[in-house]
Amino acid sequence: MGVEAIRGMFDRAKAEGRAAFLPYFPVGYPDYAGSLDAIEAMSRAGVDGFEIGIPFSDPLADGPVIQAATQVALEKGMTVRKCLEGVRTLRGRGVHQPMMMMGYINPLLSYGVQAFVRDAKAAGADGLIIPDLPPEEAQDFVAACAAEHMALVFFLAPTSSAERIRAVGERATGFIYVVSLTGVTGARTELPSDLKDFVARLKAATDRPLVLGFGISTPEQARSMNGLVEGFIVGSALVRAGANGAAAVGALAGELRAALNTAE
Amino acid sequence: MTMYIEVGKTNVPDERGYFGEFGGRYVPETLMPALDELAAAYAEAMADADFQGRLAHLQRTFTGRPTPVTYAARLSEQLGGARIFLKREDLAHTGAHKINNALGQALLAQRMGKRRIVAETGAGQHGVGSATACAMLGLECHVYMGSVDMARQQPNVFRMKLMGANVIPVESGTKTLKDAINEAIRDWVTNVRSTFYLLGSALGPHPYPMMVRDFQSVIGIEARQQMLELAGRLPDVAIACVGGGSNSIGLFHGFRDDESVELIGVEAGGHGVLSGEHAARFADPAKGRPGVLHGTRSFVLQDADGQIMNTHSVSAGLDYASIGPEHAYLRQTERAFYTLATDEEALEAVKTLSQTEGIIPALESAHAVVEAVKRAPTMPKDSIILVNLSGRGDKDLDTIMRELKLNE
Repeated sequence: MGVEAIRGMFDRAKAEGRAAFLPYFPVGYPDYAGSLDAIEAMSRAGVDGFEIGIPFSDPLADGPVIQAATQVALEKGMTVRKCLEGVRTLRGRGVHQPMMMMGYINPLLSYGVQAFVRDAKAAGADGLIIPDLPPEEAQDFVAACAAEHMALVFFLAPTSSAERIRAVGERATGFIYVVSLTGVTGARTELPSDLKDFVARLKAATDRPLVLGFGISTPEQARSMNGLVEGFIVGSALVRAGANGAAAVGALAGELRAALNTAE
Repeated sequence: MTMYIEVGKTNVPDERGYFGEFGGRYVPETLMPALDELAAAYAEAMADADFQGRLAHLQRTFTGRPTPVTYAARLSEQLGGARIFLKREDLAHTGAHKINNALGQALLAQRMGKRRIVAETGAGQHGVGSATACAMLGLECHVYMGSVDMARQQPNVFRMKLMGANVIPVESGTKTLKDAINEAIRDWVTNVRSTFYLLGSALGPHPYPMMVRDFQSVIGIEARQQMLELAGRLPDVAIACVGGGSNSIGLFHGFRDDESVELIGVEAGGHGVLSGEHAARFADPAKGRPGVLHGTRSFVLQDADGQIMNTHSVSAGLDYASIGPEHAYLRQTERAFYTLATDEEALEAVKTLSQTEGIIPALESAHAVVEAVKRAPTMPKDSIILVNLSGRGDKDLDTIMRELKLNE
């Protein structure tokens, strides 16, 4: 559980000579049951871990696809409590991969920092990803996560200075979420040309696992993560598939996962 | 020598951008280096006499500062109590106080070598202020505006376009100021290296609440001096409307060390607190509580699950779910007090001020007038109320005519 489960995930992927694949999916889209089905389908497709989205009314790091999906989830009555209940249900249905709760800070503050970390852990989650919480403001979350052995992921971006890379590297647990580009979430036809240099800059400053996100959507892009980073996240492309049902999400996740296999 | 903008007049915010427990920087990592860069550039500019001199010169020759203080003689006589004075920000170029900050930040952007400006706007006055400053300085200006606000503030949309700004309609969420800020931040995250985010209110991540306050403090500093000249003494009460809170924080800043001056902020009561349709962050303890919106910790109207609530006000400029963090601090420390005015009261105040003084206030500013009209009769004749008339009502004529049924 928690930080150890995440470490195990990276170890297994590394032993297979590939990057770990962590899909993002918001609870409540296209509806509550549909989102759990989609996550279960991806679990069966062999993904390595999950970023479980908690919908928020003002998701300012997200592009149009995730904005629209989380808006639908809220209109259908999704709450933080229900998201945690979803995680518990998924564990009961045999979803065994590490699960990171991804949510904006205000609903988590409203729930209560300690209460949220404790309840997330009890539901079966392994860590937190909070896109609008830089390490400077994270004292309460750092303490609560440490007490529960939950991972607390921080971000690094192409704009991060060497000094920030070192500081974030020291504070992040589980992994570092590497934002591939300056921008919001959403599929891009091409990843930035200087991505390799950026990752090299990060690796020179920290030995934490790096998980790359923002812009990745195709099997080719997924394959290019092997050897570059320890893991990667795909969100918008899977959420878009979610409109066509859980099986479509599972199929796309399977395709992305298969692209990582090296021994042909 | 004295600088035009005095920094360090107060001990808030601290170096992390906190006013007591409010403020801070809750933004995606991509923006953190940009905020560090901005804070450093701002501190350098404030210490640079040339920069300050240029700002002072433009405020005098372009904005038309100092704006006058007007004694509202007929209104005061009619109410039969305190004498009411108006700080005339409606007479600043572009018709509202927003230009004070837009000009300051645009000069800072130019100094930082950032030629692409993004801004958000609610009532359109900050958008117009930004478009104006950018046109004058030759900067590229993109303004995000909720489509609901575009419909109710048409004249300002035309003004922005006429001055060469690109006005981008925002269709997400509630299609008002909150969503315009979301989109402006998304644009900034995407184009952060080339772009300066010209934030219009005293909110957002540090250093914005401090910087906007400093640029707007000219309102209170001028008004204080003008009251001493006109009335021979300070006002007993200083009143301003509070949306994000830039005109009010600018007024309050001039009087914060004068303990005898009571500082009053007026929030948008919409259809009344009980109706649930309002933007009164402090007046509705069920929904207004500390939280984080748009990068800062302050009072936020939110539901039990921490989702940001829809707000309502007849005035687009006050229609916002959070309030600048320094206001939360001033309220907590009881240096300032906050009340509200409803849509109906604000509309009535528009009519009152127009007919007694020949001044048509913006719907936002009319909220402050409401409180003055309520208080004046309860105060002695030798007492003084100062109202910040933050903007003029030309932009609101359609709404005012419709709501007051003046067309019939």
